[in-house]
Amino acid sequence: MKSLAELQAIKEKMKSKVVLREGSGETRIVVGMATCGIAAGARPVLGKFVELTGSSGLSDKVTVSQTGCIGICQFEPVVEIFEAGKEKTTYVKMTPEKAERVFNEHIKGGKVVSEYTIAANQS
Amino acid sequence: MIRSHVLICGGTGCTSSGSKKIQQAFEATIEEFGLAEEIKLVQTGCFGLCELGPVVIVYPDGTFYSHVTPEDVKEIVSEHLLKGRIVERLVYNDTGNKADEIVGNVSLGDTAFYKAQNRVVLRNCGVIDPENIDEYIAMDGYAALGKVLTEMTPDEVIKCVSDSGLRGRGGGGFPTGRKWALCAPNQAPQKYVVCNADEGDPGAFMDRSVLEGDPHCIIEAMAIAGYAINATKGYVYVRAEYPIAVKRLQIAIDQAREYGLLGKNIFDSGFDFDIEIRLGAGAFVCGEETALMTSIEGNRGEPRPRPPHPAVKGLYNSPTVENNVETFANIPQIILRGPEWFASMGTEKSKGTKVFALGGKIRHTGLVEIPMGTTLREIIEDIGGGVPNGKKFKAAQTGGPSGGCIPASLIDTAIDYDNLTSLGCMMGSGGLIVMDEDTCMVDMAKFFLEFTVDESCGKCTPCRVGIKRLLEILDKITKGNGTPEDIDRLEELCNYIKANALCGLGQTAPNPVLSTLKFFRDEYIAHVVDKKCPAGVCKHLLSFVIDKEKCIGCGKCAKNCPADTIHKTDYTAPGHKLASYVIDQSKCIKCGACLSGCKFGAISKK
Repeated sequence: MKSLAELQAIKEKMKSKVVLREGSGETRIVVGMATCGIAAGARPVLGKFVELTGSSGLSDKVTVSQTGCIGICQFEPVVEIFEAGKEKTTYVKMTPEKAERVFNEHIKGGKVVSEYTIAANQS
Repeated sequence: MIRSHVLICGGTGCTSSGSKKIQQAFEATIEEFGLAEEIKLVQTGCFGLCELGPVVIVYPDGTFYSHVTPEDVKEIVSEHLLKGRIVERLVYNDTGNKADEIVGNVSLGDTAFYKAQNRVVLRNCGVIDPENIDEYIAMDGYAALGKVLTEMTPDEVIKCVSDSGLRGRGGGGFPTGRKWALCAPNQAPQKYVVCNADEGDPGAFMDRSVLEGDPHCIIEAMAIAGYAINATKGYVYVRAEYPIAVKRLQIAIDQAREYGLLGKNIFDSGFDFDIEIRLGAGAFVCGEETALMTSIEGNRGEPRPRPPHPAVKGLYNSPTVENNVETFANIPQIILRGPEWFASMGTEKSKGTKVFALGGKIRHTGLVEIPMGTTLREIIEDIGGGVPNGKKFKAAQTGGPSGGCIPASLIDTAIDYDNLTSLGCMMGSGGLIVMDEDTCMVDMAKFFLEFTVDESCGKCTPCRVGIKRLLEILDKITKGNGTPEDIDRLEELCNYIKANALCGLGQTAPNPVLSTLKFFRDEYIAHVVDKKCPAGVCKHLLSFVIDKEKCIGCGKCAKNCPADTIHKTDYTAPGHKLASYVIDQSKCIKCGACLSGCKFGAISKK
């Protein structure tokens, strides 16, 4: 290595790999991964979010984590999105396809996909 | 794509309590559950909470598992990593919140142990994999070296370190910037940078933890020092008793060489620097800078008189800068974040943070890093969790065998170099041993003297003979043969040794005696006048007594007694059927077996 640019390149490359350990980012995507969630298909949803977070280069801002049973098993897979200074958004009956749309419109675009939220699915 | 990191502590503490086996169990179990693509295992350095080891942390949620066993691993993997259900029985909870509030959002940083800490030196310990240079680079590693070599002149580097107010963390507290500035102008064909990793104070292990958890920061800092004083060669003198530290440091040096961060023409700046490790055999005196250099040269580790100071004639008679591990660990951050940032922490004359190794009678033993000026009360009560078993705090010993004690009445003292010195203590390397009411201060002073007598190199008479005599007087006092004149003699001899010993070891060896005499003179007087040890530690001054009114005559004590000193009497206490027992004091060996065996509270220690 002979230049600062090379050092910077290694740093950029590695940053996304250690950023997980710096605690929560500005946005947290939490997937319910209790038995009910897993049975309803939460794993591929979690996988999708993890993949999109990595490929979009947002891993320093967005963390994906799992949680236990949220208590609304009939709506699983449930995904909650926490953003600093905003109300929590709860998405229900998620699929990997829905996850992709939520990621693109909500996480990147800042616009809640209201038809997937719990409010839209309660009736 | 990795969604979770499992960090397993690979420091010496957790390795001793079996973290290697836990790591293997994780590897196997993660494979078994088919999670190898999603979960990354990382072996890190010390997290600091050694008492709770082996320690495992799961990110991104930061769940902190303590006392993990290989049998627990399957549960962590199947519950937490697979299903996201935290294994609550293993979670260390000291946040004051209920366990269910912790789940998912509260991390390590919220526990009382970590909340009050400010990690500069230890910032990467327990966060990165110390055997992977890329992880260090991700945490701004080698950026300070790059900045120094491409943007700063040596004088600017020295000014930056001077302005930060950083003082030597090895014990003396000499301003680091001034040390570099004294060495820089001295011309010689070869100059040296030496890192003192000969951590010898009983109970102190921060240097080991830095070397084990973040070895690259020492390499980077030494290269920066080399540039500042125009030295091209560095030595790390580390004791052979630290095998993990030595191994990780060697790996780090090899990786840095491979990346061209050590060697010729670093960052294409024309600056050359390389580092070698020298192993010490564990002599305490080799932590003294001139003895350390003599030892690197291959000679017997003995100090030599100063001047000339190492800045003029140090290693191989060449100008040398020697700093301690913790001092070096501050340097890259000072360069990157600026001297003002560093100087904003701490007190007027003691800037930055200090790492303490908490030990003794305290709930959370381990490593803590706090801003200078934090009070002893905060360290012991808030961070350390207080004295266990409902005992009363009596004193804290700082600076190991060279330091002194701070009594309970001064618990609100703000800890910095100058406050400690004015109390007759010293910062030392940062061992902090907490003592409760069951500690005898004379016995404590004797313990440290035994250590220094063993470790004295024997070169100068005040140390070789003087501290030996000190120990003999202390021994006499703890055996009940002391006289009031012995106390005066102790004091006189202490002051003489302090003034006349050749090096820091001898000059500071009397400190434990002087400071206990200053704050706990009444205990010395109790030993020599009343022939009593108030804390009930000094065996020769104790007697075990059976209360004949309480003794029911079961005879258990007599059975337990290894010296056959307990016998039945003719007396039967009112209300009891059997005759009571008595201890023959002339034969008693004070082992305490009778006391611990008596279920009726009839035996006491006086």
